[in-house]
Amino acid sequence: MYKLLLCLRYLRTRYIALASIISVMLGVATMIVVNSVMSGFATEMRTRIHAIHADISLETGSLDGEPSAQQHMALIREVAGQYVESMTASVEVFGLMHFRRGGQWIPRPVQLVGIEPESKTLVGPYTEHLDSYKTIREDGVVVRQPLRSMNDKPGWDLTAESTAYRKKEKERERIFLKHFLDQQQEQEPLMERKPKLEGDAPKFEEGAPTFENEVPEPKESQAAAVETANATVADDSQPTIQQVSAVQPAQEEAPNRPKDDPFKAQPFVQQQFNPDAVEPSDPDGPYRARVVLGAGLVEFIREIAPNKIRIERMVHPGDDVKITTVSAGRPPRPVSFTATVTDIYKSGMSEYDSNLVFCNLDYLQEIRGMMDPQTQERAITTVQIKLKNYNDAKLVLQKLENVFPSHLYSVKTWEQKQGPLLAAVDIESAILNVLLFLIIAVAGFGILAIFFMIVVEKTRDIGILKALGASSRGVMSIFLLYGLALGCVGSGIGVALGLVFVRYINEIERGLSLVTGRKVFDERIYYFPSIPTDVNSFTVFWVAMGAMLIAVAASILPARRAARLHPVEALRYE
Amino acid sequence: MTQQPASANEHIASVAVEKVYLKGNHKVPVLRGVHMSVQRGEFVSIIGQSGSGKSTLLHLMGLLDKPNVGEIRLEGQRVDDLPAATRDELRNRVFGFIFQFYHLLPELSVLENVLSPLMIRDSALTYWRRKSEYQDRAHQIIEQVGLSHRLKHKPSELSGGEMQRAAIARALIARPSVLLADEPTGNLDGQTGRDIIDLLRTLNQEQGLTIVMVTHDESIAQQAHRTVRLCNGLVQVLSDAA
Repeated sequence: MYKLLLCLRYLRTRYIALASIISVMLGVATMIVVNSVMSGFATEMRTRIHAIHADISLETGSLDGEPSAQQHMALIREVAGQYVESMTASVEVFGLMHFRRGGQWIPRPVQLVGIEPESKTLVGPYTEHLDSYKTIREDGVVVRQPLRSMNDKPGWDLTAESTAYRKKEKERERIFLKHFLDQQQEQEPLMERKPKLEGDAPKFEEGAPTFENEVPEPKESQAAAVETANATVADDSQPTIQQVSAVQPAQEEAPNRPKDDPFKAQPFVQQQFNPDAVEPSDPDGPYRARVVLGAGLVEFIREIAPNKIRIERMVHPGDDVKITTVSAGRPPRPVSFTATVTDIYKSGMSEYDSNLVFCNLDYLQEIRGMMDPQTQERAITTVQIKLKNYNDAKLVLQKLENVFPSHLYSVKTWEQKQGPLLAAVDIESAILNVLLFLIIAVAGFGILAIFFMIVVEKTRDIGILKALGASSRGVMSIFLLYGLALGCVGSGIGVALGLVFVRYINEIERGLSLVTGRKVFDERIYYFPSIPTDVNSFTVFWVAMGAMLIAVAASILPARRAARLHPVEALRYE
Repeated sequence: MTQQPASANEHIASVAVEKVYLKGNHKVPVLRGVHMSVQRGEFVSIIGQSGSGKSTLLHLMGLLDKPNVGEIRLEGQRVDDLPAATRDELRNRVFGFIFQFYHLLPELSVLENVLSPLMIRDSALTYWRRKSEYQDRAHQIIEQVGLSHRLKHKPSELSGGEMQRAAIARALIARPSVLLADEPTGNLDGQTGRDIIDLLRTLNQEQGLTIVMVTHDESIAQQAHRTVRLCNGLVQVLSDAA
């Protein structure tokens, strides 16, 4: 009884003990907050990666693929049909994308994926990540409603907005080209043209992604361009703007064309594979090749004012891009085509958003020559499978491995495909936990030091207690109990503080943003409307227990010392 | 020295007790064979100069320390070699201690200080069950020592005499049979000291408590039934030892 009473009294009267309570509290609160946010992010990340990869994917070893989608799916259904919910076939190949910006063709290495949107969306979230299905917010304000409703089936059509945008752009191009060509036909010297082009220059510096400053590529002069393509390219390295304002017009002008637009210079590449796809029948209409671009490929974040950022998009749905990839067969040849962008894809995983270009499967198969001329069978490289229950993944994996020869195919779950990343995240959070736990350990040493002090201070009282009949164990348990009480109070307040912090983390973030004037957590960078948190009660429990354990462990040494005090010496202690 | 047979009425006795303290590597003999016997209901004072070992003798009798040689007998039974738990129990139940510096626990109120031996004796549950009984007993004893108006006060808010009264109340709460007082008046002025001695005498007379009191003050020592003189760790007058 005296142990409890003294514990409580010491807790209330020893203000120095408050220091250890606070350190335990802060340690516990920090661990809970960091764990919750980290696991929130990790959960979100796993969901997104999972969404991109589907549950299981079957991939061919070669880029040529294997025919055909139907046959593969039939075999998969035969061996593991009862577990499979849906499947989609795709062709995955690397490629190079060029898009036009400020008079230059900017290249991007990409992962080109030929998909069938309708079956793709059954395997994992796809439409959810498309720009035209999303509500766009800026600083929490809705700036654009979704252009399509979730019920619309995903396809390769342009939205009305994109069609209008495309028409407008084409119109501008035509007007400008017409004007430019008229001037050229007048054969005026470039010296006199120069002022006009300089007048256009500011627009370029504003960064507006217009075509005005680009050396125009009139369709009518295409033949001339092809002719000059073989001419020596005088100065490849010079930026276009300099070349435009260069003094000698005739010699400089011609070599620029093939450099700026190599695709147009070699139209036979396209014609060889798919002659009808070169130009749409409607001059303003979209090309047959349609692509959905990863947002990271064409967007960048710009600081328009201090602490105010805006996402700039360099390519919009309705624009055209050039895609280069390799054909199937040996040796692979480069194939290029022009494709109309129908949408922007943003999954929230920058690794994918800055890599993926989705393309219509049939077109990709045709242009890569993956179609058997006789049987019309189309080859595919990947089958993505969604399971009814992901817990069956191991079983399905085994069944598939039994029928698909391992030298031709690899079968993997999404976790296996992303193994290193997921493992890295796990290790990261484990290391962080160890480090954070050291904070609590530091608090433990604080308790140790403070307790030694209290034991010295209380030496005479310990002597009195022993004189009154308290046993050594009793005296020891006073200090152990005291340590436990400190740990309990500290971790109790810490848990409460941590949970409150996690609960109101977005409000706190907003407050911090207000105070510092800097947005701490920008949804446009992290792709999250708010900070994701995931409170794991198991973690909270163990953090609290660990803190209490450390507090008790830290009080063992001082408690033993107190217990060993000789009563007579303790009583004499001044 | 011959061993004296324990008389039937002997309450507590030290038999040929020797105690050596170590100061560094230096052995300092404090008690060099002390025989002393206290009868039941007797009020004995031990007098001697500082360093004569009188406090040590008291501590040995109160089982706070173990003699190097010799034994302590309680009602004819040797008690100094009992296991620690038993000696703790005896200290709690048989002996009541009063110290020169009162030695109250500063965090606790007078009432709680008085109750502390009972808290030590019982587990939390037992104490809780018997709380009202203990409270009554404490109130009664505190009234007996004249501190009823100071129940809720902390020791730091009391005068020296009041603190000593509180200490006496604490010593009495466990209903001990032996009261061991180590210079109970050493820190008090004359009148207050005499009041405390009067209180001890009353307790001795009315309740038949055996009291062993250590002091260096002749006039205080005179108040006891008998005085034992210690000098250099030996009982000076052998006849006193009886």
